[in-house]
Amino acid sequence: MEPEPYHVQTYQRETDDTFSVSLVPASGKKRFKFVPGQFNMIYAFGAGEVPISISGNPARNETCIHTIRSVGPTTRLLEALQPGATVGIRGPFGVPWPVDRARGKDLVLIAGGIGMAPLRPVIYHVLGNRDQYGRVVLLYGARTPKDILFSAELEQWSSTKGFQVEVTVDTADSHWNGNVGVVPKLITHAKFNSLNTVAMICGPEIMMRYSIPELTDIGVTEDRIYISMERSMKCAIGFCGHCQYGGIFVCKDGPVFPYSQVRKFFLRKEF
Amino acid sequence: MKTIEELLRTHRFFEGLPNSDLDLLAGCGQNVVAKAGNYIAREGEAANNFYVIRQGKIALETQGAGRGGVVLETLSEDEVLGWSWLFPPHQWFYDVRVIEDSRLISMDGVCLRNKAEADPALGFRLMKTIAREMNERLREARLQVLDVYKLEPPRALE
Repeated sequence: MEPEPYHVQTYQRETDDTFSVSLVPASGKKRFKFVPGQFNMIYAFGAGEVPISISGNPARNETCIHTIRSVGPTTRLLEALQPGATVGIRGPFGVPWPVDRARGKDLVLIAGGIGMAPLRPVIYHVLGNRDQYGRVVLLYGARTPKDILFSAELEQWSSTKGFQVEVTVDTADSHWNGNVGVVPKLITHAKFNSLNTVAMICGPEIMMRYSIPELTDIGVTEDRIYISMERSMKCAIGFCGHCQYGGIFVCKDGPVFPYSQVRKFFLRKEF
Repeated sequence: MKTIEELLRTHRFFEGLPNSDLDLLAGCGQNVVAKAGNYIAREGEAANNFYVIRQGKIALETQGAGRGGVVLETLSEDEVLGWSWLFPPHQWFYDVRVIEDSRLISMDGVCLRNKAEADPALGFRLMKTIAREMNERLREARLQVLDVYKLEPPRALE
């Protein structure tokens, strides 16, 4: 499967180490279709390929938006791209968030760090189909206030009827008037019907591990908790085995899984 | 207007305590209002009470060399603030800043200690309640210092 050339249309700095790019097909093709939770393999010529979740609005498919944290040689090269530059794209890949299953229910979205980016398309989808969903609770944790992604949108979403947005950081100076503490703690302050809720979690595995018991304790069953797994994905089509997780491939069978499906591996150390 | 006893009965911290205990404990409490921006305790001051948060938001702060004020944790509705009243030298370890206008129940620590000493069964139940809270807060603090967002691995082999 060959990468298709895409041009960088816009570049936006989000935080010190994170940026968003919107990409358009170099071929002039008008549409880029994806569903929330899917990812693309982005090829930075001369450096390599990285799997990056799509962070844009699935209903506005004229461009493909990615929010990328610069953590290694390939993402650092992507960080230096300017509008007009070309990258290779393969995708979209992966099992998406279960937005259909969540219809008619409350929705709890729990994000940590860059994990906010793969969940943003879910929020766009819900806002575009507001009458199909109950209450929406977004609980988001970041390292410091300056690491918070999409601040303006968080503000906007928090004033949307039926939305509760709670943000917390691990550390802050005394100018910060928001929450300081860990994401799982926010769950106790969230207002939703736990018996009729679908939860979607994306962030560091340890954050997910501590959030899940808080949800199950209040009645969200494991089959209604979905997590996005992070493993070293390389081919994205289940051939190379880099992302093998027990009997499944995160790239092809995930990255989104119901917790009930991966529970037996999830709590196993070093797995 | 609800009595202190009724307010304690519906607060998460006091879950599991029998009404007879709450009757006794309520005698040590009084409603207070704290305005945003004010400090209700300063590091090193005598810690003669603890606060049951009914509404609002409070920050525990300390000073870091060259860093100014650092917020260690924020506390809000259904949480409690302070356990230094229970342990010598009964001094606040942190500054306590009110972030949002807050409604609190101020519990007199000396009064609570006296009631617990006089009735060891009550004292034991109160200690278990406080220990549960400390256990939760310790777990959260440990997770917080792990700096998990810094450690996020890339999705691919870069």
